[in-house]
Amino acid sequence: MGRASKPGRPPTPSPATGNEETQRRLEKASVQTAQRYLLRLYITGTTPASSRAIESVRAICEEHLYGRYELEVIDIYQMPALAKDHQIVATPTLIKVLPAPLRRYIGDLSKVEKILFGLDLREMK
Amino acid sequence: MPSSKSRDSRRMRAAPKSDLGRAEQLPKAPSGIQGLDEITGGGLPRGRPTLVCGGAGCGKTLFALEFLVRGITEYGEPGVFMAFEETAEELSSNVRSLGFDLHKLEAQKKLAIDYVRVERSEIEETGEYDLEGLFVRLQLAIETVGAKRVVLDTIESLFAGLPNPLVLRSELRRLFRWLKDRGMTVVLTGEKGEGTLTRQGLEEYVSDCVIFLDHRVNEQHSTRRMRVVKYRGSVHGTNEYPFLIDETGISILPVTSLGLAHKAPMERISSGVARLDQMLGGKGYFKGSTILTSGTAGTGKTSLAALLAEAACGRGERCLFFAFEESTEQVLRNMRSIGIRLDRFIKSGLLRVMPSRPTAYGLETHLVSMHKAILAFAPDLVVVDPITNLISVGTGPETQSMMTRLIDFLKMRGTTTFFTSLTSGSGDLEQSEVGISSLIDTWLLLQVVRSGGERNRTLAIIKSRGMRHSNQVSEYKLSEAGFEIVDTYLGAAEVLTGSARLAREAEDAAAAQAASDEIARKEQERERRRRALERQVEELREKFATEDAALAHEIELAVRRSGQLSSSQMAMAQSREAFTPNHADGAKTKKGRRR
Repeated sequence: MGRASKPGRPPTPSPATGNEETQRRLEKASVQTAQRYLLRLYITGTTPASSRAIESVRAICEEHLYGRYELEVIDIYQMPALAKDHQIVATPTLIKVLPAPLRRYIGDLSKVEKILFGLDLREMK
Repeated sequence: MPSSKSRDSRRMRAAPKSDLGRAEQLPKAPSGIQGLDEITGGGLPRGRPTLVCGGAGCGKTLFALEFLVRGITEYGEPGVFMAFEETAEELSSNVRSLGFDLHKLEAQKKLAIDYVRVERSEIEETGEYDLEGLFVRLQLAIETVGAKRVVLDTIESLFAGLPNPLVLRSELRRLFRWLKDRGMTVVLTGEKGEGTLTRQGLEEYVSDCVIFLDHRVNEQHSTRRMRVVKYRGSVHGTNEYPFLIDETGISILPVTSLGLAHKAPMERISSGVARLDQMLGGKGYFKGSTILTSGTAGTGKTSLAALLAEAACGRGERCLFFAFEESTEQVLRNMRSIGIRLDRFIKSGLLRVMPSRPTAYGLETHLVSMHKAILAFAPDLVVVDPITNLISVGTGPETQSMMTRLIDFLKMRGTTTFFTSLTSGSGDLEQSEVGISSLIDTWLLLQVVRSGGERNRTLAIIKSRGMRHSNQVSEYKLSEAGFEIVDTYLGAAEVLTGSARLAREAEDAAAAQAASDEIARKEQERERRRRALERQVEELREKFATEDAALAHEIELAVRRSGQLSSSQMAMAQSREAFTPNHADGAKTKKGRRR
């Protein structure tokens, strides 16, 4: 849920000023060399928790990892074998595959602060 | 999973109806675990969860796995194993020694193993969650093999790995409902907690059947025990049953007969000693009976057992000999010394000697392994030599009930059983230490009688149900010729043995001689007396004859004299012419007066 993080922050995707544009390019450059994120979100069909989780993870990624993330959303109802292969027990589960170490965030991702902290993104606020 | 929901709700509606229709017990899924199905009256509740709990190393995982494997191999019910603690690889290598080939079963699509790894350190809770992932995996596994049985080992690990126990609890409740709806017979394992059956109180979700496994060490003997804590809607044995884990899996020693329903065959079998057969109503023991031979050390109990075994094998029967004192070799050698050759029967496979150290395990474990060996070998005769060694490793009052179970079990099978029992010299010999005398059909007491500087062996039949038997205490000898019952000295006062018997026999012979001498002497005396008397009679007769003759002579003289007198009177009268002969009376009177 993006709403918790929004107050007090400039809206990122809005038309950029020159200064901001520069900063973003710099960010992008540094990320492209070191900090690419590979995230997988496992959901179960169209349950409310699944929808909330998708919404939330998209918002976070757009806001903090723009251009340097890959997000796969996997519906384990459709691909149950992946639930087994990837050791999914609780749903929804967000797995941070890269950068190491591997982390699992279970739940509907409504506690954004926790995720940001976990993704080492908090200091960028 | 919407697709399966409709199907399951249908099943749910159908299930109670069928339960009501039959007044019998719940439908059950045979576990295939030796002994368990007897205790539970047919197995675990079908379509319901069973909780198997206990401390570390008590055999929970093995129990669960055996339930699955037997289900597949013996009852054609594929299964799913959800492992939370061990990987599939670890599991299959752990049970390979038990002859369970999990890889093969997996390849045949009869078994699905899913290792569920939950690593607390890499998990963070970020909001509301459920266990749908687990459900999906279960569903997948169940569908892959068409499972009827599911094992969750140990689902409690989720509590350690996932935050928010409240969510977990409600999800577990949903999981069990879900499994029930799918008609899965479920075994879940749980670690024993402090004062509770499981750490996380799983028993509150599983109200159908709870089995508790225990591994105790009592006086240095470890024993595994199992107890059915509850089994809703079913009669079950409530005792603690010892069980064994060995190379063929779990075997539980159940009470085989809650009633006394065993058959009583009329057939008789020889004891291997002709004279003993004679003492036992002329025909020997009853087939299928329980025989106890008690006695002090060195009375030949084992020999008697070996003789019976020899006789049985000689008839082509199978014999299982549990030796708790001697090794197989030793038994064979010692018996050879009294002419009992058992080697040939071992070679022909009719006889099996199973030696084991009594102190190797606890009593229960021994009994379970005996139980198993008996089932496997199917003997006609079982010898336990001696039973007292088993008792010594037993603990407390359960010993007797354990023995009762064993005897019951053998009786039900119609197996003749021969126990030897070592009694201490000081105690009451007619009291078996095991306290099983009431279960014994024929009880022989071997005793050593000490007298006259020697020890001699005697045998007595304390009891023998259902047959006339000798009440004679008999002496016997053990020699190269075997077990030889000798003629007893049948005295009124006491039974004598050994040289005392010989001495007494000699004494008796002498006494008999003396008696017959006395009779002869008396006869002679009688004869002598008779002769003496006859002689006297003769003398008297002679004396009488002499006197008689003398008297006769006197009489004659007298007669003659009186004749002369009267004739002289006549002559005088004539001469005086005083009287005529007609007045003779007057003359007589005068004559009398004159005299």
